[in-house]
Amino acid sequence: MSTTESSTKVVLGGTRGGPDVSTLRQDRWWIQPVVTVSILTAFIIYSTWAAFQNRYYYVGANVGRDLISPFYSPCIASDCVPGAKAGFAFNGWTLSPALLILIFPLGFRLTCYYYRRSYYRAFWWSPPACAVSDAHGSYSGETRFPLIMQNLHRYFFYAGLIFNALLTYDAVRAFRQPGLGYGVTVGTIVLVVNAVLLWAYSLSCHACRHLCGGGVKSFKAHPIRYRFWKMLTPLNAKHMNLAWASLIFVALTDVYVRLVASGALTDYKLF
Amino acid sequence: MAEVTMRVWRGDANGGDFESYSVTQNEGEVVLDVIHRIQATDAPDLACRWNCKAGKCGSCAAEINGKPQLMCMTRMDTLPEGPVTVTPMKTFPIIRDLVTDVSFNFAQAEKVPALLPPPMPEDGYRMYQEDVTRGQEFRKCIECFMCQDVCHVIRDHEGNKQHYAGPRFFIRYAELEMHPLDTNDRRDLIREEMGLGYCNITKCCTEVCPEHIKITDNAIIPLKERVVDAHYDPVAWLGRKIRRRTKRSADDAAVQPAP
Repeated sequence: MSTTESSTKVVLGGTRGGPDVSTLRQDRWWIQPVVTVSILTAFIIYSTWAAFQNRYYYVGANVGRDLISPFYSPCIASDCVPGAKAGFAFNGWTLSPALLILIFPLGFRLTCYYYRRSYYRAFWWSPPACAVSDAHGSYSGETRFPLIMQNLHRYFFYAGLIFNALLTYDAVRAFRQPGLGYGVTVGTIVLVVNAVLLWAYSLSCHACRHLCGGGVKSFKAHPIRYRFWKMLTPLNAKHMNLAWASLIFVALTDVYVRLVASGALTDYKLF
Repeated sequence: MAEVTMRVWRGDANGGDFESYSVTQNEGEVVLDVIHRIQATDAPDLACRWNCKAGKCGSCAAEINGKPQLMCMTRMDTLPEGPVTVTPMKTFPIIRDLVTDVSFNFAQAEKVPALLPPPMPEDGYRMYQEDVTRGQEFRKCIECFMCQDVCHVIRDHEGNKQHYAGPRFFIRYAELEMHPLDTNDRRDLIREEMGLGYCNITKCCTEVCPEHIKITDNAIIPLKERVVDAHYDPVAWLGRKIRRRTKRSADDAAVQPAP
């Protein structure tokens, strides 16, 4: 579709008002980028370290528990520890299974609209904050490779749903205490909260909101999709909070399982 | 009553500088009141746009302490201690003092293909409340153009003005794309000529909107998802083929001029 011929011409290059400085803002606009960089860098360092460890990711029958770290589920490497192994395995893969698994959740977060906002601001300084100059001389946004790949977000969303289902299965399994029956331990609660947060983060995603109902032209003509859209809209408003909460908690879940698996911590039974 | 120092940008296309004014500030006053006091006492030739003094006309948009804000809606007592800096909107060419040439926006407005409804049925068009409500949010726009001003795509990269509509017009495109009676398909246009891909969703437009329109969440991201439907999602493409529900294509859609 072409546009109508505009009679008002766009004037380029006119003299702008105000001083030629990066910003006139007097508030502490730099706090938000600093916090974002700190948390995301800490997560990247920890998750990379944890992914290469390839041990202490499962608490098994020897201590009457069935807890697996979300970084290692599903455990699809051929040398996964007994009990943790998924129903199928990549026989040739002898490295940490986390290296295969983390591609999908990280891809989902990397292409997430909220995280894009955060890392474009905090890491790329494009711009670092509102009304603060962009740190780059030229700018093509998400129109070229590699950033045009951000449009694949919905595929990572689909993959993320599969992982959520698997982690929910893990959380249900965490109620099982081999040799002891069923019960609730601190580890059970940790895995359940982790699964709930991941579901909430995924369902609050903008792509999910669009696919469930946002993409229609008429809500009246699609009443069921409209109901889904109405349910997801308040959740979508909390997407930022859920993004941070689920990111931090998934790392804490791995820390907890790792500490219990290494013997540094006891997984106390609550009831 | 208190004394306040106002640093106001004075100048035109030939250049300019800050001018400091020490003026009285009364309880409950907004920045526009103080600017008017400067006009009344120290600088009768100070140029600024204003009209409603109620945050509904969008005329008095400027940058206060570096942030795009409406002068009539920014209370002096909400600003930090010390001199208050007032500059014109940075993205647009200056005319004089606090007045800028915002005709870039009018040129973009003229490019928006108008609503194209189907032929009128015998009992007339009918639109339901849930569909009206969805577009109503975008109708709140007062065209202050602060979202355009703060958008770094054109604020920091002048050349992008040639191929970027900006957030104010993305909400217009979103409103039309979500209109149940519209048969135009603007997705190619939005992607190829209006530069939707340039937006990296940093949400500054949403932050500065005086009408609290969720520009990014409710307009820009839904438009990006519609572009994904049309260009990057083979599953959606296959679904359309199976159901034979192709939208009016870009080529055969009649383009009507905006009213």
